[in-house]
Amino acid sequence: MTTAAATAGERTAKAKPATMAQALGRALRDSMADDPSVHVLGEDVGTLGGVFRITDGLAKEFGDERCTDTPLAEAGILGAAVGMAMYGLRPVVEMQFDAFAYPAFEQLISHVAKMRNRTGGAMPLPITVRVPYGGGIGGVEHHSDSSEAYYMATPGLHVVTPATVGDAYGLLRASIASDDPVVFLEPKRLYWSKADWSPQEPAAVEPIGRAVVRRPGRSATLITYGPSLPVCMEAAEGAVEEGWDLEVVDLRSLVPFDDETVAASVRRTGRAVVVHESTGFGGPGGEIAARITERCFHHLEAPVLRVAGFDIPYPPPMQERHHLPGVDRVLDAVARLQWEASN
Amino acid sequence: MTVQELPGAAAYRPTPPPAWKPLTDPAPLLPDPEPYRVLGTDAVAEADPELLRRLYAELVRGRRYNTQATALTKQGRLAVYPSSTGQEACEIAAALVLEERDWLFPSYRDTLAAVARGLDPVEALTLLRGDRHTGYDPREHRIAPLCTPLATQLPHAVGLAHAARLKGDDVVALAMVGDGGTSEGDFHEALNFAAVWRAPVVFLVQNNGFAISVPLAKQTAAPSLAHKAVGYGMPGRLVDGNDAAAMHQVLSEAVERARAGGGPTLVEAVTYRMDAHTNADDATRYRGDSEVETWRAHDPVRLLERELTGRGLLDDDGIEEERVAAERMAAGLRERMNADPVLDPMDLFTHVYAEQTAQLREQADRLRGELDAEHDQHGTDDGGAAR
Ligand SMILES: Cc1ncc(C[n+]2csc(CCOP(=O)(O)OP(=O)(O)O)c2C)c(N)n1
Repeated sequence: MTTAAATAGERTAKAKPATMAQALGRALRDSMADDPSVHVLGEDVGTLGGVFRITDGLAKEFGDERCTDTPLAEAGILGAAVGMAMYGLRPVVEMQFDAFAYPAFEQLISHVAKMRNRTGGAMPLPITVRVPYGGGIGGVEHHSDSSEAYYMATPGLHVVTPATVGDAYGLLRASIASDDPVVFLEPKRLYWSKADWSPQEPAAVEPIGRAVVRRPGRSATLITYGPSLPVCMEAAEGAVEEGWDLEVVDLRSLVPFDDETVAASVRRTGRAVVVHESTGFGGPGGEIAARITERCFHHLEAPVLRVAGFDIPYPPPMQERHHLPGVDRVLDAVARLQWEASN
Repeated sequence: MTVQELPGAAAYRPTPPPAWKPLTDPAPLLPDPEPYRVLGTDAVAEADPELLRRLYAELVRGRRYNTQATALTKQGRLAVYPSSTGQEACEIAAALVLEERDWLFPSYRDTLAAVARGLDPVEALTLLRGDRHTGYDPREHRIAPLCTPLATQLPHAVGLAHAARLKGDDVVALAMVGDGGTSEGDFHEALNFAAVWRAPVVFLVQNNGFAISVPLAKQTAAPSLAHKAVGYGMPGRLVDGNDAAAMHQVLSEAVERARAGGGPTLVEAVTYRMDAHTNADDATRYRGDSEVETWRAHDPVRLLERELTGRGLLDDDGIEEERVAAERMAAGLRERMNADPVLDPMDLFTHVYAEQTAQLREQADRLRGELDAEHDQHGTDDGGAAR
């Protein structure tokens, strides 16, 4: 399934061996094979293999006690996962869509995020909550929310989001292996993005908490993650003809936040634009911009800008292209980075 | 216009929809309309005298624990205490019916159940004192942290019991909730999960008449809270929550049923909260003295005492003996609670994640600096434990 927001990577793709969806499925499978305490549970994850087919084949291979179709109740699913983790299992919970994770917020915030802290370290909860998030797939209402800011605002949770096929595998394996709860945000419009990645020889597991420079550059830094990475990569290519050499930083992990990689990049380039789909007001970009300003003020040639979704409820599918930050909006922001003033 | 009046309707014979599976007889799931009682009935003849004597000792101690903890709020030693005076039979029975390997999932009102299960009374009070959220290792005692958000501990009990069964352990989880808590979504989701998974869980609802100020009639229109069980496909039991012998029997049966693979049970204990919701609440705003007095006549300690003395299983000396033992417990609690807890402010950052994030390390450094400055300025030992 390709969408209006298809990325540069997809368009230039030749015959590639794996999609992000396949890499995620493989990560689940390998984690379950390696560790019998890993259990997958959620709505339709068993026989159907999940509505996005990420859990395809798991019930068949590991049985329905390891990959369980639960009753349709998000708080119940996550609440049961808490109890399972209390008894030594490593539950991986699938929330069917971003906006349908909201009924489970109480469990997530009051218990999942806090159990280690409440018990003075005696009871960590190694739970991974997989949430397909973001827009660009033409989904109707409640199927395209970017809810990362809510999760980021909750101490005790790790919040990660892969943007590449290789990272999808590595980060999910690291999340499941983590002794802390991880909200694993899956950019659903990249599920079918492909890359040279072999399920037979999965890449090494990346540790959680490190950002990566996807494209080195000297003029300015684009800071992004998840679904907006391909947009930024394409923008960086397009910027070359304007004479801008843009660096692109893929955060991969929103919590913990890799201040070092981000600050080092911005100190090099002196200019930064944060790009994400989530709303700008109260969104992740505000936090990131503030952190950059605190650390890099004397290196900055221009204010840190944000390119975000509008501050509106996620629009209907026929309008979403107006809402989602695209290449042009990113390049517009780059153009506003006070180039003349400093040159 | 009825179906029969439609043109050509004579040929129409309604049949059940093809996917319809008729229910099996729900009657065994329904509670008896009267709360089950043992004390003062013929059933008491079956009760084990030793168990009754033990229940009595625990009830007396439990009552004293409640009055002592309430007194500690007045002395500023406890931030708040939700007393379970009047509900001791529920609290004690919940603790006593569990084996060591079983798990208890208490709410904020159930400190007494945790203590009766063997938890150090001071450790059990850390939440309410305000020094730590959970002053004990839940795995060591198999007592989940006292839970403040209503009913949210119930799905945990289901998940834990389910996990135990998957691992082949015959562990039962007993989860406690108030009548108000039964209106929460998590209550419904937990019961549904438990029934579908046939998880070895016992849900104990202490219906003490009120959720803070709101009476049961404004909480639910169900015939009883135990009736809710049938909708999920589990048995509901209604029991006199002030009758310690009945509580013990009904909960024991539910625990054994769960352990034998029979699935969950919903037990509603009909009881009454004699004190206000907490020490901070004014109960006179929502209930009258006469109602409280009616329940005083049905006091769980007196009910059992009357039974035991009537049968010659307890005399004045025995009563005095338990009173003295309870007094000793209270004195010990008082004394230990009068010592200021030693707190390390740096602990604030220790148990957020397995490994401190760079962000938290930075913040911890800032606090350490503030504490050092404070120390230099006042020469106090504030935060001294951190050094
Ligand atoms: C989710 C949630 N909402 C509100 C509260 C505030 N609150 C604390 S106790 C209480 C009443 C609970 O009544 P009930 O469940 O009957 O238990 P009881 O206090 O009678 O033991 C309320 C509303 C809470 N703790 N959690």
